[in-house]
Amino acid sequence: MTRYVIGRLALAAGVMLVVSMLSFSMIYMAGDPAITIAGESATDADINAVRKFYRFDDPIYAQYGAWMANALRGDFGRSYYLRAPVGELITDRFPTTLLLGGLAMLFAMALAVPLGVAAAVKPNSLVDRLSLMISVLGQALPGFWFGLMLILLFSVKLRWLPPSGTESLKNFIMPAITLGYYATPAMMRLTRTSMLDVLASDYIRTAHAKGLHPAVILFKHALRNAIAPVVSLAAVQLGFMLGGSVVVESIFSIHGLGHLAWESISRNDFPPVQAIILTLSMLYVALTFCADVLNAWLDPSIRLE
Amino acid sequence: MGGFTSHAGAPGKSFRGFLSHHGLVVSGGILGLIFIGAVFAPLLSAYDPYTQDLANRHIPPVWYERGTWEHFLGTDALGRDYWTRLLYGARASLFIGFVSATIAGLLGVALGVSAGYFGGRVDAAITFLINLRLSLPVILVALAVVALFSGTFLVIVVLLGCLLWDRYAVVTRTLTKQLKEKEFIASSVALGSSRTGIIAKDILPNLANHLIVVWTLEIAHAILLEAALSFLGLGVQPPTPSWGLMVSEGKDLLFFEGWLIAIPGCALFLLVLSINLVGDGIRDVTAPENLT
Repeated sequence: MTRYVIGRLALAAGVMLVVSMLSFSMIYMAGDPAITIAGESATDADINAVRKFYRFDDPIYAQYGAWMANALRGDFGRSYYLRAPVGELITDRFPTTLLLGGLAMLFAMALAVPLGVAAAVKPNSLVDRLSLMISVLGQALPGFWFGLMLILLFSVKLRWLPPSGTESLKNFIMPAITLGYYATPAMMRLTRTSMLDVLASDYIRTAHAKGLHPAVILFKHALRNAIAPVVSLAAVQLGFMLGGSVVVESIFSIHGLGHLAWESISRNDFPPVQAIILTLSMLYVALTFCADVLNAWLDPSIRLE
Repeated sequence: MGGFTSHAGAPGKSFRGFLSHHGLVVSGGILGLIFIGAVFAPLLSAYDPYTQDLANRHIPPVWYERGTWEHFLGTDALGRDYWTRLLYGARASLFIGFVSATIAGLLGVALGVSAGYFGGRVDAAITFLINLRLSLPVILVALAVVALFSGTFLVIVVLLGCLLWDRYAVVTRTLTKQLKEKEFIASSVALGSSRTGIIAKDILPNLANHLIVVWTLEIAHAILLEAALSFLGLGVQPPTPSWGLMVSEGKDLLFFEGWLIAIPGCALFLLVLSINLVGDGIRDVTAPENLT
């Protein structure tokens, strides 16, 4: 187990190193960053001053080293446009995105797990077919369109929910559904498969033979064992959700990380984008690492791979 | 899994299988219609998708009171015929979907088969690449790249091709590993076939069924991504019609003219749904043992 964990840690560290290099190189792909920062009406002297201030003349590895050393301390430079430290911008916006992601995951679990369990208890029943239908339809729904349709129904027609903003938890209902439904199909199918496996196992038959109440067997014995792979899938999906929240945040005017990234990209303001991509990748890597370790702990055969 | 053969099954039998699968026929039919609409767009509409007609702006579809048969899906805020925009928009979705899923497929299969067949260090390096790719937030990277290199079809297609290869690689890597242990591969080795010969003749044909299914999934994925990028203003650029862009353009009138987003959204939903169902159908017909 220790060897497995060390191997996974090395992989995670390697991935993060390459992601950091990719994010770092982003400001250079946009052309000369000094010209971008100085603006359109800048003179050569202005551009040179900017170049000197941001140390764009240093060798590239030195720049990367300096950038990385600062980044490790939480200093991602300053936004060209907002003229504020990127680190502060991120700590400002991150809780909103995390709350959105957390609620979306809650919604996905609340929908996927009961349906998956019901489908496994009675395979090929009406519930099973219904849950299959939901997952097929769900996978084809474009997220941004689904969000707008929710606004049309619940804000315009019924006037139940606010269409945008982050004032109260009520504002997060539609965004969380929009972001969460996309993860539902995979989790529902996995809950079903995992539950079917567990229900067919010997100890469940023993429990039945002992005369335990079916509900006790289902929830106390079966679900407890079947849920582990679903939890580790949920961790990975949460990583995807945080990375994909940009669309939802733009529809519902939620000023989280995704929205900041989108605005910064539109303004050619790359330091926040670098930092956000790095942060989200790091989160994803951390979440998958936890999921892998959880899986390996539960299923020793994985450790041998 | 299982059911590998050293040669493909009889084509006549599987064709009858295709026809007996209702979901496949219906979804294939819808997909065919959208395809025909995209290809023959100029014949199916009397209007040009770019011509603005400021005297005829904001006409609702025919099922509204103010609607007319001349513009049976209405016109947008610039007076462009919505049906025509929809037809030409299908071209963007289909082109970007098919081409980027194919580019991704070539990349992913090359990586996945090499990893599975050669193992060892090659496998470790490719597994690392897969992990790296998965850790990048696709939509943010795509937005940044389009912002840097502009939203032409070429950029979008290459970009999505480079971002969506992971599923192909994961699937082919696993399958190739399993196939490598089969006896008919060992016999090919014994007969002196070269590595490339074995990959081309023994491995790739056995991956075909699975690859078609992944291909359809990734076409759908690419179409949804293009729509999302265009919706955010960093995909297909106006005035080129794209369904995601049409939703984005209609967004400001959400409260007054909901059909402006309802129509392209429904089209997108229908297209992606039919592609996914075709994929599911092909999987059912070609590999019934995978049904669970």
